[in-house]
Amino acid sequence: MARIDLDLAHAYRPNPQSDEDYALLPLKMSFIDSGAYALLGPSGCGKTTLLNIVSGLVKPSQGHVKYDGVDVTARTPQQRNIAQVFQFPVIYDTMTVAENLAFPLRNRGVPAEKIKQRVGRIAEMLEMSRQLDMRAANLAADAKQKISLGRGLVREDVSAVLFDEPLTVIDPHLKWQLRRKLKQIHHELKLTLIYVTHDQVEALTFADEVVVMTRGRAVQIGSASQLFERPAHTFVGHFIGSPGMNFLPASVAKGAPAGATKLGVRPEYVTLTAPNAEGSVSATVTQVQDIGTYGLVTARLAAGGALIRARLGNAQRMPAVGDAVWLAVVGAHTCYYKDEELVA
Amino acid sequence: MTLKPVNQKAWLLILPVVLCVAFSAILPLMTVVNYSVQDIISPERRVFVGTDWFKSVMRDDDLLEALIRQIGYSLAVLIVEIPLGIGLALSMPAKGWKSSAVLVLVAISLLIPWNVVGTIWQIYGRTDIGLFGAALAKLGIDYSYTGNARDAWLTVLVMDVWHWTPLVALLCYAGLRAIPDAYYQAASIDGATKFAVFRYIQLPKLRGVLMIAVLLRFMDSFMIYTEPFVLTGGGPGNATTFLSQYLTQKAVGQFDLGPAAAFSLIYFLIILLLCFILYNWMQRVGTADKTEAGHE
Repeated sequence: MARIDLDLAHAYRPNPQSDEDYALLPLKMSFIDSGAYALLGPSGCGKTTLLNIVSGLVKPSQGHVKYDGVDVTARTPQQRNIAQVFQFPVIYDTMTVAENLAFPLRNRGVPAEKIKQRVGRIAEMLEMSRQLDMRAANLAADAKQKISLGRGLVREDVSAVLFDEPLTVIDPHLKWQLRRKLKQIHHELKLTLIYVTHDQVEALTFADEVVVMTRGRAVQIGSASQLFERPAHTFVGHFIGSPGMNFLPASVAKGAPAGATKLGVRPEYVTLTAPNAEGSVSATVTQVQDIGTYGLVTARLAAGGALIRARLGNAQRMPAVGDAVWLAVVGAHTCYYKDEELVA
Repeated sequence: MTLKPVNQKAWLLILPVVLCVAFSAILPLMTVVNYSVQDIISPERRVFVGTDWFKSVMRDDDLLEALIRQIGYSLAVLIVEIPLGIGLALSMPAKGWKSSAVLVLVAISLLIPWNVVGTIWQIYGRTDIGLFGAALAKLGIDYSYTGNARDAWLTVLVMDVWHWTPLVALLCYAGLRAIPDAYYQAASIDGATKFAVFRYIQLPKLRGVLMIAVLLRFMDSFMIYTEPFVLTGGGPGNATTFLSQYLTQKAVGQFDLGPAAAFSLIYFLIILLLCFILYNWMQRVGTADKTEAGHE
């Protein structure tokens, strides 16, 4: 277990010139000991690169990685004492489940008695005790992935356990179960966990802190509620939440801070209001969707023609398509952006 | 249960194939069967002898020797070429122009016709003008593939290794490239040694291609004819007379059509048996891989 500090940038090609050449733009961040982190972002945003830099599979082209203050940039994953679980199950075909789980320990010369105890414990946690003597090659994909997870967790003394979208191949109902399991394991073992995913639900439920990444940049690090309430970047607003944040020209609000060009408001905080009410805009409803627990109303602003979405509770009276409505957009939850960055 | 209407007309569609196979394989084979049960004294006079030729061929000591020599040779080929091919594949570069260059270099010997391979080695091994033979002679080794039975046998083996190890290497190379990077990354994180990576990842993942390599090399070497024929002519004595050459000597050299035909049928059955094993083996590996892929 260790505190991990990063201060680096990475480009896969030599002599990067523009920002596009970088897989990871210069960034600085820390993962504290025994925290649960998620790296969240769309495909190609650099989250796996960042993870592989932390584990040592990729050497950053600039900067350094420190574990507990010690520079480990040049060290291999083995020397860093990292465990990593990959997107697709990696198992050793010729071994049984137990041998697979024991493999990382055996390679490090752990005494047989201890290995047996650890393997038993991990198998129990993953509910695989009854499959220990089966050949791993004959198991289904989710069982194989559980073995991969188990191999990541079997060593007690690891600096951190890294997950690279480990639940991609798992059936949805097992996904929930395994995610809960991971959370529980985190509480029991107090390991530093870093979890890469493109699924916001997965990230927000798993991690204490979520790092949102886009185009090689970590745009915000924060808890689920911080990401939801105060997105530091318009990308975070778009990416987190379902549907994402509404962005309107800042001119619709009278009290917008100087220089702000965009105003952001979550569909959850957009409400129907009386005509000409303070901080409201006039719009025409273009679409109404019933999502079961709430209604999703899409409307076109009278001024400027931008689209805005509102999540309205079922109890409320739903407007019909074509109705002229007034929507409250300025309030305590409204954020202002300049050059895509949060200003107020 | 099938509810499809029965329609036998489709059989007509395979008629051309049946005719082709009949003319190219079945009829010639039947000629051989015909010879194997008759004593052909002259084109006009022939006597039906039943299974006599088969019996005499089975008791033929020369033939038995050739068979044992053949099996020993094929096993030696496998023992040398398979590990060597794996080693070669492991040491070949994986990416970039170097890998392309090495692939071309390695494949060169596969492009040379059999009889040319024999000729190349015939000259290469000569102690007066051949690089290999002369070098051995210079080192003070008494080497002669024409005079010494052991030297001849070893030369034929080395020639086959030179000719065909690249095939094993290329198969293994393809197998190695098919292993996803994640396996190597996981192994490095699990703290596996290089040997453990080979033992637990590379070798199990190569199982399929190795099986094909083993069976291909076994069958090919079991039918070897041209190279030893060109290189040593089967000599000295009978040291490098393998089954097919023995057969040719009998049929074309001595014109003992009956025994030769009987023996070629036995030879054919041996190879058919091996084909059968090969086919089933590959089929089983194929389905095993498919179910594995189906899980993923």
